[in-house]
Amino acid sequence: MGMTLAEKLCAQAAGASSVTPGEIVTAKVDLAMVHDSSGPRRLAPKLAEIGAEVWDPSKVVVITDHYVPAVDAESAAILDLTRKWVAEKGVEAFYDMQGICHIVLPERGHLKPGMFVAGGDSHSTTGGAFGAFMIGIGATEMAGVMATGEIWVRVPPTIRIEWTGALGQGLAAKDIMLKLCGALGMSAGNYKAIEYGGPAISALPMVERMVLSNMSAELGGKVGLIAPDAVTLDYLRSVGANAGHDALDWQSDGDAEFEAVHTFDAGALAPQVAAPHSPENAADADAHGKVRVDQAYIGACTGAKLSDLHMAADILRGRKVAPGVRLMVAPASARITNAAAADGTLATLTGAGAILLPSGCGACAGYGAGVLAAGEVCISSTARNFKGRMGHAESQVYLASPYTVAAAAVAGHIIDPRSMLLETAA
Amino acid sequence: MSALSGRAWVFGDNVDTDVLAPGVYMKGPMSELAKHCLEAVDPEFARNVQDGDIVVAGENFGMGSSREQAGQALIELGIAALLAKSFARIFYRNAMNLGLPALVCPEAGQIEAGDTLTVDPAAGTTLIARSGAVLSCEPIPSHLLAMIADGGLLPHLKKKLKGKAA
Repeated sequence: MGMTLAEKLCAQAAGASSVTPGEIVTAKVDLAMVHDSSGPRRLAPKLAEIGAEVWDPSKVVVITDHYVPAVDAESAAILDLTRKWVAEKGVEAFYDMQGICHIVLPERGHLKPGMFVAGGDSHSTTGGAFGAFMIGIGATEMAGVMATGEIWVRVPPTIRIEWTGALGQGLAAKDIMLKLCGALGMSAGNYKAIEYGGPAISALPMVERMVLSNMSAELGGKVGLIAPDAVTLDYLRSVGANAGHDALDWQSDGDAEFEAVHTFDAGALAPQVAAPHSPENAADADAHGKVRVDQAYIGACTGAKLSDLHMAADILRGRKVAPGVRLMVAPASARITNAAAADGTLATLTGAGAILLPSGCGACAGYGAGVLAAGEVCISSTARNFKGRMGHAESQVYLASPYTVAAAAVAGHIIDPRSMLLETAA
Repeated sequence: MSALSGRAWVFGDNVDTDVLAPGVYMKGPMSELAKHCLEAVDPEFARNVQDGDIVVAGENFGMGSSREQAGQALIELGIAALLAKSFARIFYRNAMNLGLPALVCPEAGQIEAGDTLTVDPAAGTTLIARSGAVLSCEPIPSHLLAMIADGGLLPHLKKKLKGKAA
């Protein structure tokens, strides 16, 4: 019988010819990625406790994104410790204030099909968009990886999610994911691999595919895989990564066994909005009524890539942010900021009244600038809206695509963005 | 490892890492972060919890972030074991890695707040003193039980690395 992509990736990492779901294997790690919150400040004392050194500094990537830029003595100390640690350990792949780890990692050519990667962050599933088995783990687990270069994993069964048809105008990968959170629930993929496919997925550029893999974490998934194709190879070439001659071999076999197959029609999808306090509270934007917003936030690994800024600009061109609403934009990386400045996107955003924030995780998890007061309502292009995550426990966060977030900023309330795009076109 | 006895705190489904370890307190010391553990769903929890207490929950406990401070805050507050209908996978590994036994217990819904429980992680059983009911939980897999018996992944690795050096 054939193997799924997830099984093939686990088998390769375990040095086995085949594996079956449920089997526990020891995997060799090709790359370990950590950020300033889960990284050196947590790892250094743990490695010291067991008297271990980093197994291979050339396979470690460290990225500062949670506490950048420093806003007080505590965050400055965390960043200082991070910088000193990478210098001491000889970690050359260190990206300081260059953007959010899940974006910077592929942007700098560290990911390619067939890899087994451990990431010190739950959204590490993003790497699955490149056909890599990339899992999120905690800091003690990461200390074990750093000491040994290995990790045990239970080979996951795979859920295949097919999207047929084509996304309409004003729709994005974020709408696909919020729809899936609503339809399948927050634990549908717990301990499982999720594999995306079908014509609507194949039509997406890499940066949009990354949204699906990223938010596989919201379905509880261990990994969120998309088999590599010509789009993947083009992206890898553009960032100077050598994909390898066997890159396109990383596919599920035709006779592979999936635990479940779910099929959705992209053509029937309307813009989605998830109500507080869970992504699974997703429904069509229209179904929420005209919920008034205080803040609109375009940021985070899953909501502030160049394509996301373009979506917001499509809405904001020739329009203004409504009085009493603050629209904040935190581009996901320094390179994205640079590209958005060069192509005029930033001018469109700030011209409409958007406030530009530094690249980093920002307000998404309540670490950075832009957090909320009690009773405030925010619509956000981020991945999670758990109670209190973005500030006060009594604040309200709605999740939506950059189109829908920008449209709410203009209207002052939640609205289906497609009416604004039609007006623009007319 | 031997059985543990303690008082139950009962929570619902999908308790997330952001309420266990709120982001705004993540840069501070654990002693401070722990004071805000579960505050958004039960403001009295951190104040009233006692050493040896047991947290009981529904489905998907610990969903969300990989921050292991979510489990560490519970340890800091003296929690001795976790019982849930299911756990989110990263949290499950983190708890075990920190030496905190986490048992999958489909019948956890029978437990009421304040119940005195006796949990046997190796056998996979939980006794409710009030009713005398013995709930069958999934036993913790043997390779993880050995790690928990050592006190978590780091002491376990230290032992292994020492063994190699000798």
